[in-house]
Amino acid sequence: MGKKKINYRKQIFGSILVIIFAALIIPGAFASKQVSGNEEALGIKLAKQAVRANKRWTTTDHAKIEILKQDFKSGDEITQACLSCHTDASMQFKETIHWTWEVPSEKEGIMNGKAGHAINNFCISGNNMEDKGCLSCHAGWNGTKGEVNCLACHGSEKFNYKEAFEDLNAFEGDDDPDTLEITKEIQAGIQSAVSKITMPQRENCGECHFKGGGGDGVKHGDLDTSMAQPNKNLDVHMAAEGANFACTRCHTTVRHNIAGRLYTRPAAAERKSLIDDDMASKITCESCHSNLPHKKADSKMNDHTDKVACQSCHIPEFARVNPTKMWWDWTKAGDLKDGKPYVVKGEFNKPTYKSIKGEFRWEKNVMPEYFWYNGSFSNIGIKDEIDPASIVEVSHPLGDKNDPDSRIAPFKIHRGKQPYDKIYKRMVAPLLSGPNGYWTTFDMNDAITRGNKTLDVDYSGEFDYVETTYAFPITHMVAPEEKALDCNECHIRENSRLANITGIYLPGRDRSNFIDSIGLIAVLGAFAGVMLHGFGRFFTRNGKEE
Amino acid sequence: MVIQKITKIYLYTRFERLWHWLQGLMIIMLLITGFEVHGTYKLMGFQTAVNVHNFVGLSWVILFAFFVFWLLTTGEWKQYIPTTKKLFDVIFYYAFGIFKGKGHPVQKSKGAKHNPLQRLAYLGISAMLLPVQMATGLLYYLYNTMPGTIPLTVLAVAHTLVAFLLVNFLIIHVYMTTTGHSLSSHIAGMISGWEEVYESTEIQDWENKATKKT
Repeated sequence: MGKKKINYRKQIFGSILVIIFAALIIPGAFASKQVSGNEEALGIKLAKQAVRANKRWTTTDHAKIEILKQDFKSGDEITQACLSCHTDASMQFKETIHWTWEVPSEKEGIMNGKAGHAINNFCISGNNMEDKGCLSCHAGWNGTKGEVNCLACHGSEKFNYKEAFEDLNAFEGDDDPDTLEITKEIQAGIQSAVSKITMPQRENCGECHFKGGGGDGVKHGDLDTSMAQPNKNLDVHMAAEGANFACTRCHTTVRHNIAGRLYTRPAAAERKSLIDDDMASKITCESCHSNLPHKKADSKMNDHTDKVACQSCHIPEFARVNPTKMWWDWTKAGDLKDGKPYVVKGEFNKPTYKSIKGEFRWEKNVMPEYFWYNGSFSNIGIKDEIDPASIVEVSHPLGDKNDPDSRIAPFKIHRGKQPYDKIYKRMVAPLLSGPNGYWTTFDMNDAITRGNKTLDVDYSGEFDYVETTYAFPITHMVAPEEKALDCNECHIRENSRLANITGIYLPGRDRSNFIDSIGLIAVLGAFAGVMLHGFGRFFTRNGKEE
Repeated sequence: MVIQKITKIYLYTRFERLWHWLQGLMIIMLLITGFEVHGTYKLMGFQTAVNVHNFVGLSWVILFAFFVFWLLTTGEWKQYIPTTKKLFDVIFYYAFGIFKGKGHPVQKSKGAKHNPLQRLAYLGISAMLLPVQMATGLLYYLYNTMPGTIPLTVLAVAHTLVAFLLVNFLIIHVYMTTTGHSLSSHIAGMISGWEEVYESTEIQDWENKATKKT
């Protein structure tokens, strides 16, 4: 009996120990995420330090500058006034891509850029800046001729200088008191606008970059007019109630060269943070957030930073407020009603058809597509040979899984159909605006002939249409932390967002079918075996015959 | 058929029982979370599964080191020395004898807690499967800090394969606990430490002393 008592005590003691251990381990495991819940991640601390100075300050009040209080007769005169103090500004600016629209290429005889041999699958080509429609976004008073329009980027008041100066010219020499009164008013308006000088604001950059491709949200997908005053849900960095970043907070500038241009070269040659180099440009996420952006307890997420771009998880969808154009079919262009071009509007009150441009598709809350990306793009220019039998990647991210500088990054892929030269097997650059452009003549063959001539590229005279894709990196519209992608968006068997990223082992998505089949058969076999054995014992009653 | 009287001997020390159940708990938690990370099903979400799996897995590796140390210092490792002696008797017992009411050919004793079949199985598990699983698991966990050594595919597939084998072991192991004098007597033994044996079994003096000591 004594023995038995000890037994029970031991049993109870043993069970309690096991329960205590389990109680210690299980919640510990589940809570390991929250272990250092209050502790801020290194990446957040660094980023906060980087933007600690809350406001830029200046010693110049442009409203008090005498030379700006004159009666201006033209935009060039305004710029001359600017240059009387900022002597080298115009010279600097004219060397930047914002002015030249050209990017030297490594290929001989090729000049990339809008004004060069590059094409896209929107309005296709800038036709060596002869397509005047494109020039509304060029930061000059009169296209490429004359002076830089400093106020396009540095004027905080939106003012129609073009109309004002046209009116002033019309009223010139008129002594009518009413006209003089109006002239005075216009001059006062110009002087008021000219005195309001600023660092470029979101609206300044947005005037072109939100509306590239001929309208709000046409091109980028992560840049449209909703980004002028975004809320925190749309963009944690630019939200007025949040960090309230202007574009230049990240797109830092040296001699008017603005960081962030992505073309044949990456925006940042080296991935370094401000810890590594406190004069580094702030253009990458890592610049401020370092490559350890997550809390220690989430170290597995920090393990991602060498292969996955921050944007891949932190921008779950783009075009979250305004729709963006996803499809542009030039083959449908040219249909006229009673000899006149027309427009059909569809969902989101956006055009789904325009006689001058063709058929469009718009989408909202778009899931990005993901590719390996080293910061550069491959481009098909007007001089490159294409394979019309396949989809032509006019612009496509470059990168490779084995390249240590490549990350898996999100992209908007704009698809469409556009003309190409059937004989020379090259893309073509139809001239669109102006009296001889396609938008007036609706003669594609003629438009291509004229357009290619502006770029000095031969045209065989025969064209057809080919499907093309154009890639935009998705990097704005960073969502709040809690909206970042769940692991299961990628780490899952079916419908993984990274389904097309092959040749790697992605836990949760990948497996060896062979091992899984063998394993399952073995497990089922073991189960069947013990069931059979058990039944055997049951029916033979373990051989006992009482 | 001879009806034998049953008695109990103190076979599993407190530490062994604690270790047994703790390891069992950890293996089950690792299997549940591991197969979720593998993508077999969705239960607690990938992120929680990964965190739990990593925490339990690392804890296990550390505890296992203590266990190995204990095995070596106490000489208990000798319990795992494989032998072919009576091995086939045991196999024949489970294959045929058990259905005919025959007695188990090997009785448990303090000096030999495991029958020859158990020795083989547990040695295989402790010396082969678990170390392989821990090694592949650790390399998998540290893959980012020591890249290029073994491809992740190899690590992951090996880790999965052993996981399947452990599920197999678990099924058979749990079933085998029902083959005692009653369905639950082996489990009761592993909880209390007192295993039922036949009275006819010779219990040596030193065993009794050991019992008195505790």
